[in-house]
Amino acid sequence: MQISLFITCFNDTLFPETGRAMVQLLERLGHTVTFPMEQTCCGQMHYNTGYQEETIPLVRKFVDVFEGAEAIVAPSASCVGMVKEFYPKVADRADDKVLAGKVDKMIPRVFELSQFLVEELGVEDVGAYYPHRVTYHPTCHSLRMLDVGDAPVRLLRNVRGLELIELPDSEQCCGFGGTFAVKNAETSTAMLGDKMCNIKSTGAEVCTAADNSCLMHIGGGLQRQSSGVETVHLAEILASTE
Amino acid sequence: MSKKAEHTPTFEESAKAYLDNTQLRRNIGHATHTIRDKRENVVDEMPDWEALREAGDAIKTHTMRHLDEYLLQLEESVQEAGGQVHWARDAEEANQIITGLVKGKKVNEAVKVKSITTDEIGLNKALAEEGIQALETDLAELIVQLAGDEPSHILVPAIHKNRAEIRELFKEKLNKDELSDRPEDLAEAARLYLRKKFLNAKVGISGANFAVAETGTVAVVESEGNGRMCTTLPDTLITVMGIEKVIPRWRDFEVFMQLLPRSSTAERMNPYNSFWTGVTEGDGPQEFHVVLLDNGRTKVLADEMGRQTLNCIRCSACLNVCPVYERTGGHAYNSVYPGPIGAILTPQLKGLDDEGAASLPYASTLCGACYEVCPVKINIPDVLVHLRGKIVDEQKRNGGLKSKFEPEHIGMKLLSRAFANSKRYERAQKVARSGQKLFADEGVISKLPGYLSKWTNTRDLKAIPDQTFREWWRQRDE
Repeated sequence: MQISLFITCFNDTLFPETGRAMVQLLERLGHTVTFPMEQTCCGQMHYNTGYQEETIPLVRKFVDVFEGAEAIVAPSASCVGMVKEFYPKVADRADDKVLAGKVDKMIPRVFELSQFLVEELGVEDVGAYYPHRVTYHPTCHSLRMLDVGDAPVRLLRNVRGLELIELPDSEQCCGFGGTFAVKNAETSTAMLGDKMCNIKSTGAEVCTAADNSCLMHIGGGLQRQSSGVETVHLAEILASTE
Repeated sequence: MSKKAEHTPTFEESAKAYLDNTQLRRNIGHATHTIRDKRENVVDEMPDWEALREAGDAIKTHTMRHLDEYLLQLEESVQEAGGQVHWARDAEEANQIITGLVKGKKVNEAVKVKSITTDEIGLNKALAEEGIQALETDLAELIVQLAGDEPSHILVPAIHKNRAEIRELFKEKLNKDELSDRPEDLAEAARLYLRKKFLNAKVGISGANFAVAETGTVAVVESEGNGRMCTTLPDTLITVMGIEKVIPRWRDFEVFMQLLPRSSTAERMNPYNSFWTGVTEGDGPQEFHVVLLDNGRTKVLADEMGRQTLNCIRCSACLNVCPVYERTGGHAYNSVYPGPIGAILTPQLKGLDDEGAASLPYASTLCGACYEVCPVKINIPDVLVHLRGKIVDEQKRNGGLKSKFEPEHIGMKLLSRAFANSKRYERAQKVARSGQKLFADEGVISKLPGYLSKWTNTRDLKAIPDQTFREWWRQRDE
């Protein structure tokens, strides 16, 4: 299959290793990947913070870049959620019927990586090897907005050498929430504190998720505590081999 | 929430004190987790729960669309059954009507069954100013009233207090020398105190969970029976309800009487379900008044997206699952409506020009847990984001110079411009990478200046690596 990578500005800039892992993984599974260089940002930060007018040009750009793609796959549940849930609303706000039509047509072809692998490609064993104790944090957007269900867990269970340890209270938000982490920093930190306690209680070496934004928040806290627990994006675990 | 409400502190300002109160966090964490788990169990045993939610949503949405018609029908039904209807535009008008009615009875005390609507309009204070004491009879409300405190939860107003704290309060306020902190003993002490009050009460004031347009029936559901005392023993009963509480038909109860108790107290049925229709000679109150309160609700109704907020049946399931509420408690919201529902209801009722109210839609990570449990499917995250949009628009229009030079506004504008063009975007990436050199140490940033220090006070930040993904991709292609 011809897969268009939607790497998201956040991953492109801060976590390029996640994008590289996706390329490695999807090519290993026999697919052709392309990266449309014109892509930038989906506009989630703007939209969620209330800068909805400023989101309109970003939505137009995204649609221009990915309009003809067969499958658009991203390593971020929240950015995919932005496209699927809110692009129609932005098109409405722009009062642009043509844009709305294009958005509607594009939405069924936009996927979060783990959901794409399990539900679209029907693959649960990607032939990975990762000899570590790992716990999985289902991010709120993967869990509730995209409903990825147990797709990530199924993929992780098939990784050789990996010991998957269940995270207590896993469905509780980690407290990131985009600009919430700064606007309500103290509350965000209180939520993070509980999440870190739960992660440490598993004895895992690695905490993984389908979103680097939540992992950046969790990882930043764990590192400040010198906890020794690493945060690693799911794509990187799935791309690892012996 | 009168026409021009006083400005309240922001959520961020208020939350700080509560986050530091470990006893409060423990009390609330314990209570919400217990009720959350119980709710899940009683919901799981319903095979048609999703269908019920759909039905609840459909009935409420339909009612809001035709609210004018149903309210007029309600007025007619209530009058036909021997009751009187009063329309109140705002808090002031509602308080005037109610104090007028109570004064007319020449009493200086009225018993009340909990009604958040009366808290919304500040009724107790208005009555006190006329020399009338409003006595809260819901156990938790009584605790809060005796403590001179404010409720912190829609359904469990004293959720922030534990048994030991309540014992001390009762010992002092109810003149008890000896009192254990066993729930039965605490309840007994309150019962003895309240019984005397009920038997002497001439006027009762209640809220309403629902009012049926078709029949004029008002309903209150509760756990203690004190509400029933309030609605049956006094000669005069005054019900105060927001106009959104109307439901079209009697048969709609089928849906809500299943959705509400399971969502709120995690019970299959409320222990006390009281329904009254007008007056009946020789039985119960001989005079019945309904005060229909607007107080900003028609304004909410006018906003197509925000309107679903009025579908709320005040079950408080959203509070009990909210990770933000769990850490800060209800007082941080500075409103009688705390938690996720309060975060969307308060700013709409109060107006987005109130700084405190306008901070509430940001008091959420948009995790979506509230939407997942809402029995009438109010998409709270969607409304939160919608309101954030309105707040930013409002600031842009009326914020003046202060808003123009707000770092967030400038940043968002610049980023939007940069992101709209991939060349500019790549330049911005490079600028950020070289700009961070002052702060980064071996790939980690531990201290940032100004606004961004709010991140690094408790969290490290990963530094931007030397090569972006697109740079790697370009190189790979070559």
